[in-house]
Amino acid sequence: MKSLRYGGLLAAVLMATTACAGAGGGGGTGENSINVLMVNNPQMQDLQKLAADNFTKDTGITVNFTVLPENDVRDKISQDFSSQAGQYDVATISNYETPIYARNGWLTPLDDHVAEDTAFDQGDILEPIRRSLTAADGKVYAQPFYGESSFLMYRKDVLDAQGITVPERPTWQQVADIAARVDGAQPGMKGICLRGQPGWGQLMAPLTTVVNTFGGTWFTEDWQARVNAPEFKQATEFYVNLVRAHGEAGAPQAGFAECLNNMTQGKVAMWYDATVAAGLLEAADSPVRGKLGFAQAPVVRTDSSAWLYTWAFGIQKASKKADNAWKFVSWASGKGYEELVGKSLGWSRVPDGKRRSTYQRPEYLAASGSFAAQAEAAIAGAKPDDPGVQARPAAGIQFVGIPEFTDLGTRVSQGISAAIAGSTTVDEALAEGQRLAEAVAAKHRGN
Amino acid sequence: MTAAARWARRAPLLPALVFTILVTQLPFAATLVISLMRWNSLDPADRGFAGADNYVAVFTDPDLRSAVGTTVVLTAVVVLVSLLLGLGLALLLDRRFAGRGVVRTMLIAPFLVVPVAAALLWKHALYNPEYGLFNGALTWLFGEGAPQPEWISEMPLTAVEASLVWQWTPFMMLILLAGLQSRPQDAVEAARVDGATPWQVFRHLTLPHLRQYLELGALLGSIYVVQNFDAVFTITSGGLGTANLPYAVYQTFYQAHDYGRASAAGVVVVLGSIVIATFALRVVSSLLREEGRTGVRA
Repeated sequence: MKSLRYGGLLAAVLMATTACAGAGGGGGTGENSINVLMVNNPQMQDLQKLAADNFTKDTGITVNFTVLPENDVRDKISQDFSSQAGQYDVATISNYETPIYARNGWLTPLDDHVAEDTAFDQGDILEPIRRSLTAADGKVYAQPFYGESSFLMYRKDVLDAQGITVPERPTWQQVADIAARVDGAQPGMKGICLRGQPGWGQLMAPLTTVVNTFGGTWFTEDWQARVNAPEFKQATEFYVNLVRAHGEAGAPQAGFAECLNNMTQGKVAMWYDATVAAGLLEAADSPVRGKLGFAQAPVVRTDSSAWLYTWAFGIQKASKKADNAWKFVSWASGKGYEELVGKSLGWSRVPDGKRRSTYQRPEYLAASGSFAAQAEAAIAGAKPDDPGVQARPAAGIQFVGIPEFTDLGTRVSQGISAAIAGSTTVDEALAEGQRLAEAVAAKHRGN
Repeated sequence: MTAAARWARRAPLLPALVFTILVTQLPFAATLVISLMRWNSLDPADRGFAGADNYVAVFTDPDLRSAVGTTVVLTAVVVLVSLLLGLGLALLLDRRFAGRGVVRTMLIAPFLVVPVAAALLWKHALYNPEYGLFNGALTWLFGEGAPQPEWISEMPLTAVEASLVWQWTPFMMLILLAGLQSRPQDAVEAARVDGATPWQVFRHLTLPHLRQYLELGALLGSIYVVQNFDAVFTITSGGLGTANLPYAVYQTFYQAHDYGRASAAGVVVVLGSIVIATFALRVVSSLLREEGRTGVRA
């Protein structure tokens, strides 16, 4: 073989290794197109499939979708909206971001659109959801695509075989006992799936609801950090020990998607997570369809501990196509879209949890009857303004409604995820968490 | 040559030079300016000049400090292990055997996989405790009762390092193979005639000749592995103490929305990379000088 020339080789090596991947953005900038940035949850993927043949056909508006995982989508949205770059006209934002973004003047208020568009029927939206998307100025800034709370899902067939019944409102201690008893009920089956993947919207969401009901809180009403307080510690230790003893394999990397996978594949007997998962577990092609039971979120010291969450569509202030953007939001969040999904994809895949009328549709109840009542009760009973045993400085059940929480929650969750992996202790993780929380609290005390 | 003639020669190149300065240096200058500012995107009202506050925060934040340590360990381990494996493979490929071209192509393949795709492959197809290849292989070898370790949870940094070593070994192999092929064969023949053992030939002839290529591989590898983001982001989400500097910068920028501090951390990373790159460029220029002196043997 002829030997290579160094110069040529070096050049080739440098070229090959510096090839960099650019992040793709929204596509078209045409007059009759809008750019939508969405989280990659299954309901949004259905929306992406249905948009071209229905919305675009009816209105002539092309929709360019960018779809990303939850952690990344939040980062990209805050990026685009904070700079008001206007690259995306519409984005999925949650009840965490909506009041914060509205206060910063990044969103278009929707009240005028709602008033003109009577078919949209704003009065049909469930009250806690509508309130959570209303900013301090009393205007509505986003429309829900689906709403969710949290509850306990379990394999009724597996528990029945062991002679176990789950109460309608279980306590966490009862859940831990059941998890121990059904651990290994079938080959390769663990007791319970609880998220362990770092992220304020992953591990920190279910864990914060546990903290609330154990009597803990991130902050007191006068901005004192309480992350290393006994109640917070007790809740975290309970959670970590339960996952380590009877939780899923690979817990420190398991988020919503991994737990859904585990539950569908029969790798776990119980799962405490978002109500929206129930529809996916009861889907026509799910192997566990019809084998499930549902109970309210487990509690300790409070009456309920269910979270409140909604993925909603907000329109960027800088968007030059607000009218077309509203048409899209009105279509995606409207009653007609729920019907379209029901008829074309199946009633179990309807983006539910946001409209009262959804729970009065006989076709929907026929498909989702096993959990519809529990889900509606959980959403209607959620109290974001008073989620624990003490007054709070900011709204939010599974999060604290302040801009700093994304970073704070994520950093603290990394320590707790490490505790689940066994490479650190809960005490160490929370001591570090208290230090971070105290810095945030000091900033708010100064304001 | 007069000054005018020299300028006449330079003038056509000037637009290109100006363009290069604009596209390479302006963004960095902007980053430098932002790194001196108090700028959190979720708090648009509170924006202003912060002096060196961000740099102080970078060097006093324990998370960022541990990210520096993680970066050093990750880079050193990945580069050294890939170099050793690459050297072994290069020595094997230096011999003549049937199908050498095919084997070489197959060995280079990992380097051509998109980094984030490689990371996903390792996370799900190999490491996953439920359906990953590693635990599947253990079950297949030792039966049902085989140990089923949770690879990523039990050895997070090693898990990230392994996936990167797999990606970078071919790169090292390529450089070292080029070095081996340019070895003066007559000296080796003379040594054999004089009764040198293969080990002595390797130790006293091959290794000294390869020294520069080893240095080059180590330096180029370091520059790229220091900047690695895909593996950490995908395999562990920066958890379990695997967050390296690029990931810490990403988190500061995207999750804390703290543009000032993220820029300051970015500047620190760039300065560190410049130090490494300076050495790399020296090695490259010494190689090129040597090439000019001796010419290349066909």
